[in-house]
Amino acid sequence: MAEAVIAEPDASAGPLLAVLADCNALLALSAVDLDMLLRQARRTNLLSRIALDASRLEQRLPKTVRAHFDAARTLAADQDRMLRWEVNRLERALAGLAAPVVLLKGAAYALAELPLARGRLVSDVDILVPRPTIGAVEEALLRHGWEHVKLEPYDQRYYRRWMHELPPLRHRDRNTIVDVHHRILPLTSRLHPDPNRQIAAARALADSPFRVLAPADMLLHSATHLFHDGDLSLALRDLVDVHDLLVDFRESPAFWEVLVARARELELARPLFYALRYAAGLLGTPVPADVMMAAARAGAPSAPLVAMMDRLVPLALMPDHPDRPGRQAAAARRLLYVRSHWVRMPSLLLARHLARKALGTRRENGVAQHRGLPREAGPPGH
Amino acid sequence: MSVSELPPGTFTRRLGHEGIAFHAGPFVVRVVANVAELAAPLRLLYGDLPLVEGGIVDFHIRLQASTGPRRWLRPQVVFVCDGETPFFPLPRRLALALLEWGINWCVHHHAHQYLLIHAAVVERDGAALILPGPPGSGKSTLCAALVHRGWRLLSDEIALIDLADASVLPLARPVALKNESIDVLHSFAPAAVFGPVVRETVKGAIAHMKPPPDSVRRMHEAARPAALIFPEFAVDAAINLAPLPKARAFFQAADLSFNYHILGERGFDALSRLIDGCRCFSFTYSSLDDAVGVLAGLEHEPLMTGSYG
Repeated sequence: MAEAVIAEPDASAGPLLAVLADCNALLALSAVDLDMLLRQARRTNLLSRIALDASRLEQRLPKTVRAHFDAARTLAADQDRMLRWEVNRLERALAGLAAPVVLLKGAAYALAELPLARGRLVSDVDILVPRPTIGAVEEALLRHGWEHVKLEPYDQRYYRRWMHELPPLRHRDRNTIVDVHHRILPLTSRLHPDPNRQIAAARALADSPFRVLAPADMLLHSATHLFHDGDLSLALRDLVDVHDLLVDFRESPAFWEVLVARARELELARPLFYALRYAAGLLGTPVPADVMMAAARAGAPSAPLVAMMDRLVPLALMPDHPDRPGRQAAAARRLLYVRSHWVRMPSLLLARHLARKALGTRRENGVAQHRGLPREAGPPGH
Repeated sequence: MSVSELPPGTFTRRLGHEGIAFHAGPFVVRVVANVAELAAPLRLLYGDLPLVEGGIVDFHIRLQASTGPRRWLRPQVVFVCDGETPFFPLPRRLALALLEWGINWCVHHHAHQYLLIHAAVVERDGAALILPGPPGSGKSTLCAALVHRGWRLLSDEIALIDLADASVLPLARPVALKNESIDVLHSFAPAAVFGPVVRETVKGAIAHMKPPPDSVRRMHEAARPAALIFPEFAVDAAINLAPLPKARAFFQAADLSFNYHILGERGFDALSRLIDGCRCFSFTYSSLDDAVGVLAGLEHEPLMTGSYG
């Protein structure tokens, strides 16, 4: 495999990347750089995490930065509180079910007390349950105050027929969202990780009847979510998650031994290859050379494809200048947007789906937007 | 150099390119707008504010007006703060109102280093009156009136409460008035300076009143809260300033807070400290003159002295 020639991120991402690599870099940043750091960190959802890591540096930072960090930490603490409450309410709602419930992503990191959970602003909860139980799970949630998010009939059918999850459920009082998955990738995806294996390997939690994925599976899910489930736009946060998981888990040699083999077993070698490549290439994640090579052997695509991704991924994933969006970055994101759908569904379905999306009117509550803040019809408080 | 000291041409050019940066209380706001007609009203309303050059900006704001063919057919303007677009696009003629709403949004959406209450705040003789209220309570109108009868303007919309000592910090921004309030203020305070009136919005007519120069000059001077007064404007109502039990005041204030629920225990402590140190009232009125008169007569000494570092 040729040496990675991965495109350099925009210079404006420099302060953010420097601080992610080493928090002490904050002390060396000029006012201009600190200003850019705050902006880029906020856009990529990394501000709270940096603020938490910078706690011990507080007194040596300018007042303005301290204020933003203080606010960001407050927000993170509140989100963590709400997330744990949400999991608590879910435990209550699903208490009667015999089936295993596996927490995914943010909720999993928090409940497993992993360091990477710090500073995450997530209030949606994702769970994985065996497919035969999905009806019972849905019914239990509906009984405890969750409601279906209003979707166009097309989207409802699309979800139930092709997707790996139910249409999102929103709690009527708390307005929080639960995504119930029965597999981690859509049925139409080109990859077919067997959810039963993942559920079987899931680990118990200290304080919860729910479970979390085994470490290798957690990393693979994160990689898959990044490279096969979303469109990489401004997804630096997700790559940082991959980085964090690798750093957290690398202490145990067993982790590296099983990682590539497990990826093969779950058909997730391709996303693993990309995850290791770009975490190491863009964030400097220490990955043992033999693991890198094994991952490449197991999952690398053709060289031209790798070269193309080497160009597109940094452009799309890294934040460009907040005032001067790069045309190349926009183009990269468009290409990767199409790719993200291509990897999830066969061509015919894709063409129909994209046509539908392009021709349809903008739907604020539509499928792709359900996790966003609802846009306010008018200014608040008026 | 203040905003009004910048030559109009330079101001307009800067607004459309690198933007104009100014203080809004403890925050530095930078506005870039490709809406040339905004320049004049901004120069008017922000005239007394010193321009900020360099340093860290708290909120980078862009007002993006539609370009291309859209510019002629139902032109719109969008408020963007570092990639976030909290509002739907509005008609271009509402650009100024959108900017004002947007700056408020930036503060109450991000500034969790303070306890934020939906309230007007004015100060006189070293003591601040905090006037929390939902839209329609008349707090902005009352605030605008008080500010032309000797009170200092801290805010018409957001009270910034320090989490450590419950002091209140000014924003000293333009005051947004609607419908009849605009005319009422014109008669009440003929010397008040207003930006352009925009009519036929969802909320009726909107205009912005320029903050008095003294309030702007003292923009960085915190104040000690002495009274928490919940105003309620009601046509033909008898004027009534009635003491409010503190427990009641606490819950009403928490209800009207933007971020009490986010702050958790610190919010509880700060609000408790605030309520402890204030006399609390509910206040019904129908005449601005009477209302101002009653509030002027209120004894201002805070209940707790000292410890307002």
